[in-house]
Amino acid sequence: MTNDGTGWKDIPIGGMILEAGNAVKYLTGGWRAFRPIWDGDRCIHCLQCWVMCPDSSIMVDDGKMTGIDLVHCKGCGICAEVCPPKVKCIEMVEEAKAAETEGK
Amino acid sequence: MSEFRALDGNSAVAEAMRQIDPDVVAAYPITPQTSTVQTFASFVADGLVQTEFVTVESEHSAMSACVGASAAGARVMTATGSAGLALMWEIVYVAASNRLPIAMLIVNRALSAPINIHCDHSDSMGARDAGWVHLFAENPQESYDNAFQALRIGEHPDVLLPVMFMHDGFITSHGLERVEVYDDDAVKDFIGEYNPTYPLLDWRNPVTYGPLDFYDYYFEHKRQQVEAMENVKQVIIDVGREFGERFGRTYGLFETYKLDDAEVGLVVLASTAGTAKTAVDNLRQQGLKVGLLKPRVFRPFPAEELADALQHLKAIAVMDRSISFGAMGNAGPLFLELLAALQVYGNGRTPVANYVFGLGGRDTVPSQIETVLHDALRMADTGQPERLVTYLGVRE
Repeated sequence: MTNDGTGWKDIPIGGMILEAGNAVKYLTGGWRAFRPIWDGDRCIHCLQCWVMCPDSSIMVDDGKMTGIDLVHCKGCGICAEVCPPKVKCIEMVEEAKAAETEGK
Repeated sequence: MSEFRALDGNSAVAEAMRQIDPDVVAAYPITPQTSTVQTFASFVADGLVQTEFVTVESEHSAMSACVGASAAGARVMTATGSAGLALMWEIVYVAASNRLPIAMLIVNRALSAPINIHCDHSDSMGARDAGWVHLFAENPQESYDNAFQALRIGEHPDVLLPVMFMHDGFITSHGLERVEVYDDDAVKDFIGEYNPTYPLLDWRNPVTYGPLDFYDYYFEHKRQQVEAMENVKQVIIDVGREFGERFGRTYGLFETYKLDDAEVGLVVLASTAGTAKTAVDNLRQQGLKVGLLKPRVFRPFPAEELADALQHLKAIAVMDRSISFGAMGNAGPLFLELLAALQVYGNGRTPVANYVFGLGGRDTVPSQIETVLHDALRMADTGQPERLVTYLGVRE
């Protein structure tokens, strides 16, 4: 349990969140059982994964994919699923194995 | 100018809703609430109100639509009772927890089974821990008056809680009485414009309602609801006083009748309090010092104030129109709460007895209430009740 010390008088009523775009503060990468491994050499930058990713974890710069935000990626695998069959540049790897080969 | 009209309780509340002209009403018909919503629907059809009237497919949807509309920033009203309230259950809690000041008429009716369309208080009493404010009315006038005050109480910045205001099924809902209907402008001035605190439609200040809330903050949000409930009593008193200044009828947490010099007292909610006044008068004519206390507010339960108002009595009889099955003595909720209040804030020694009555619309007449008062007088002599709980009028 997180305990940031804020008491009931300090937080908005009714569980309301008064700040837009705050999901970035919720670090959901720890939920991941499978990690997407992206092969940048094979990527055609069609950005289907960017469109479909439910956690906005596909990092893009100037219209080109640059990587995957593993701090927020929950490992759902949609990116690997929507990657065109002739490309298949995203592979889902068990998180424990990925941590060994790719680092934590 | 106000005018006196012959209205039943449901028509009186429908008239109040016409004057309030809520932004959104979402409701589903259920006996004996139907005529409120039906009458209001005709006001909508006739263009007398600007209300967005949502005809839903169930009460669960009715309260869901109310929650959505209220979160959007609308002033929202609805009405239900009995099985309708039961079907709403999940969303009744959501409305309170999301701090949405929805005003809902409950036309009190027994719960199934066996199926019964007549009055008792099992429906709203079951919702007593849901986080809503509960107001009871004795007659159509009080219910009409409560409709306006329910909005002012719930929408108060120190409160922001939904309010259910009750009247008795058929007895009050369909009983024609003399009702003073106030001037439209005077009512509009009293309720004022609703300024929602966090409207979803304010796109410049986007907010999220109802997110996931686990062990790290949920408890704090419940604590906030406690605080809001703590603030309600003073707001009810202030709003009731202002209402009295404007319209001539002052409301508080409860009403007393010939209680000041009474030796024994009767406590009963809603329309039966009217019958009880006749019973009190009958016994007073015989020189017996009996009195009545009619709670108006059940949530928040005014424990300290009730104990204070009853502390001079030698015995107290509490009448409940519902049973808390399996509770101590299979008693009613009003009795159980009052007993606790007297223990904590009273002397803890006054003998108190419970009379469960009128379930499923069973008639309760003055002579029965007189026997209760006679019981109380005996209890004052002996210092203890003959029975903790009596089921008044049930056939043995």
